[in-house]
Amino acid sequence: MQLTVWTYEGPPHVGAMRVATAMRDLHYVLHAPQGDTYADLLFTMIERRSKRPPVTYTTFQARDLGGDTAALFQTACHEAYERFKPKAMIVGASCTGELIQDDPAGLAKASGLPIPVIPLELPSYQKKENWGAAETFYQIVRHLAGPHALPPNAARPVRAAGEKPRCNLLGPTALGFRHRDDVRAISGLLERMGIAINVTAPWEASPADIARLGNADFNVVLYPEIAGPAAQWLKRSFGQPIVSTVPIGVGATRDFITEVARLAEIDPAPFLKAEESRLPWYSRSVDSTYLTGKRVFIFGDATHAIAAARVAREELGFEVVGLGTYSREFARDVREAAARHGIEALITDDYLEVEAKVAELQPELVLGTQMERHIAKRLGVPCAVISAPVHVQDFPARYSPQMGFEGADVLFDTWVHPLMMGLEEHLLGMFRDDFEFHDGAAPSHLGHASRAPAAPPAVEPAIEVAAPAMAAAGTAEIAVVEGPSGWAPEAEQELRKIPFFVRGKARRNTESFAGQRGIRLITVETLYDAKAHFGR
Amino acid sequence: MTSSPAILSGSQAASCANPPILRERGQREVFCGLTGIMWLHRKIQDAFFLIIGSRTCAHLMQSAAGVMIFAEPRFATAIIEERDLAGMADANEELDRVVMRLLERRPDIKLLFLVGSCPSEVIKLDLSRAAKRLSERVSPAVRVLNYSGSGIETTFTQGEDACLAALVPSLAEKPAEAPESLLVVGVLADAVEDQFRRIFAEIGIRQVDFLPARKAGTMPSIGPGTRYLLAQPFLGETARLIEGRGGQRIAAPFPLGAEGAAGWVHAAGATFGIAPAIIDAVIAAPRERARRAVSRYRDMLAGRRIFFFPDSQLEVPIARFLHRELGMELVEVGTPYFHKDHLAADLAMLPAGTAFSEGQDVDRQLERCRKAAPDIVVCGLGLANPLEAEGLTTKWAIELVFTPIQGFEQAGDLAELFARPLNRRARLEV
Ligand code: SF4
Repeated sequence: MQLTVWTYEGPPHVGAMRVATAMRDLHYVLHAPQGDTYADLLFTMIERRSKRPPVTYTTFQARDLGGDTAALFQTACHEAYERFKPKAMIVGASCTGELIQDDPAGLAKASGLPIPVIPLELPSYQKKENWGAAETFYQIVRHLAGPHALPPNAARPVRAAGEKPRCNLLGPTALGFRHRDDVRAISGLLERMGIAINVTAPWEASPADIARLGNADFNVVLYPEIAGPAAQWLKRSFGQPIVSTVPIGVGATRDFITEVARLAEIDPAPFLKAEESRLPWYSRSVDSTYLTGKRVFIFGDATHAIAAARVAREELGFEVVGLGTYSREFARDVREAAARHGIEALITDDYLEVEAKVAELQPELVLGTQMERHIAKRLGVPCAVISAPVHVQDFPARYSPQMGFEGADVLFDTWVHPLMMGLEEHLLGMFRDDFEFHDGAAPSHLGHASRAPAAPPAVEPAIEVAAPAMAAAGTAEIAVVEGPSGWAPEAEQELRKIPFFVRGKARRNTESFAGQRGIRLITVETLYDAKAHFGR
Repeated sequence: MTSSPAILSGSQAASCANPPILRERGQREVFCGLTGIMWLHRKIQDAFFLIIGSRTCAHLMQSAAGVMIFAEPRFATAIIEERDLAGMADANEELDRVVMRLLERRPDIKLLFLVGSCPSEVIKLDLSRAAKRLSERVSPAVRVLNYSGSGIETTFTQGEDACLAALVPSLAEKPAEAPESLLVVGVLADAVEDQFRRIFAEIGIRQVDFLPARKAGTMPSIGPGTRYLLAQPFLGETARLIEGRGGQRIAAPFPLGAEGAAGWVHAAGATFGIAPAIIDAVIAAPRERARRAVSRYRDMLAGRRIFFFPDSQLEVPIARFLHRELGMELVEVGTPYFHKDHLAADLAMLPAGTAFSEGQDVDRQLERCRKAAPDIVVCGLGLANPLEAEGLTTKWAIELVFTPIQGFEQAGDLAELFARPLNRRARLEV
């Protein structure tokens, strides 16, 4: 047993849902209890999708367990087929479904549905979300593209003269970190290079699209955690080489263009010249001197963490003091990357370990997931988010890719944003005793954060202001007339029960309500009378 | 998921005491009982909830609230792994190890709940034995109890029922000669609890306890002198166990809206022989405030048609409030589980012919909903955005559980929760 509060990855069937939800005309029948339907809200709330994920849950209950849960599963398959008319179906079990051993694969095969039914074996007690997504995508590709595989030892047919080189774009899923925008950025780049995109998958691909993956000349793998196994299989079955560079950052994007051009048999030089990022100049601009040598801690999925480390060092001049990942499957890659930075990688899915490491290293910037954002906040270190697990904030309304040259610009902006500007930092160092420069002080352009520590005392002033007025005037009468209405201790207590973010408003409303009516002592009654008067 | 045809029961009477209910047994789109830990762990300030479950359970807890909670939460999951299942590790020893590590880290914990999940139930991990064993080891510093929040047995708010039911046997016995006292059962927001405490004191009920208490050490004692008032409509099992220890339920509508809160306080007062006139005098001002606060939203809500998907079991009393105090029309009132006895007072206030449904077959219910085209739909987070995208106006049901809505002073807030989505739709021009 493993003691966990927050997890970096969900269970493997959530990975399968990310693939299914990204695709069109595919349905997922999941043998699972009712509570597992929470996973729908990941897509409808966090990603703000306007459609329910294409998933039917059997939602078996305890009273079904003695009876025929297998029949329940088969009925669910049939009903889902009738209702949604998918072109292919994936079937499997969640952690509880796995334990009751109904064999969804066998049942689905026996169900006689007139569409391809792809069984998934996702061991919930060993594996996690990204593995589940990768396995699901691999199974879908193998089942649907498999029948079109080249005969053994056959060579790929040569492209007709004048025909554009073609590639597939593999890996983007639902609920991915900026997958939506990365697809647009890289599709644009490839198209400008004169390369046609045969299929993007799983993102908005249909089963029919998956069946024609073999028509491409090579594969671009945007997210190895998800598309790695499928790409390896496509390489074996269709002889399609893989572009292995993930184009995050200026240097990696240049390498990517070079690698793609080589596979497409075109000259990269014009594209390397034409494509531009502002990052190199911004990093060289004098104001960025303060970035140089900043100590940064990086944690995320393997792909984003490795890429971020390279960008941090080579493109912003930071010093990478920590690098780690929760993607155990890619531990070796991260260890190698860490070695290039002269440090040891942290491979863990226990956020407490990550927190301890951040506390120990005391970096000046953390680049991590939403989890590290919390850790950094607690430790008072600036942070930018670079990787899943995602949060609703990771789906900005604006176009905000991580990949390509546009993505590099986004990286520059988002990583530099939480930092203190150079001169501000100096002033802080010079005037340490300034009362506004307390330990919790945040950069001036992030004003909202610096107010938080000051909040509690703000509850008091009404009474404190009244008291000196009384002393100065000498008579209580004048003080009461001129000062604001006073708060009875119980009313003050009651006010404190109101959430802090609306407390100020409640206080103001109550005081103006009392003032207008000449009420001198605000009681609990007054508080609620005012509440009823103003409404929310 | 079965396609058993809908069963109709009950009769079409003039009042709604025994209404026809559409019973469905298809796909449910509702949380499991683990979710109750979200508010329970904040209510009992020195309790910790340890789920014995899978990565799914842990992921649910982290996703259900929509955001991660900033303070270190007083809950965690002991994730069952392959080695526990394959018998390579003794699950009980593993559990003991995890618990001891946890208690070392959190010496502030006085009450530990071992919370069962689907996987722990299916593999028949005996958590009541584990709780006993661990209790012996760590008492008196910590008491260890257990309950199941599994999705195969509990739906959303039933988790609170299971938790409180686990507490009942551990409550001290009231001395036989103790006078009758009032016990309010069910989690209320702290501010709401304080408001009612003041009201009960003012009408003259001297001894009032709340279950759960805010601290493990101050849990109320119970016995034959206990008269209990349910604050929440989903506490069937807790009620049964309190009765088993001699407690008697005070039948009342649930304290939602001016009318519900008044009926609730009156029922308690009547039990303790307090003259209605005294009660009326005490609640006159708050009741009037509640009416005024609610009336602010009447124009916007009167005549609007509302459709409830099953979620928290609060649907029936909320429907009663919206219908009687705001003039809304009830298209369908879906609830995961229909406790007729506990809901009797609320049902009696609903119009004859109200369409109720119990359980769910989500796709069919969506069809009914689309066909009825209500003005506002109350539903879970998985359905809300898709329905908004189809042009329906929705209110997330979960907000009704995470917001103080009970009592006089909150009646206006409850109305506002339903007005806001309509208000938003009216404002937005793009
Ligand atoms: S439904 Fe069962 S398996 Fe799923 S989260 Fe709830 S307790 Fe865990």
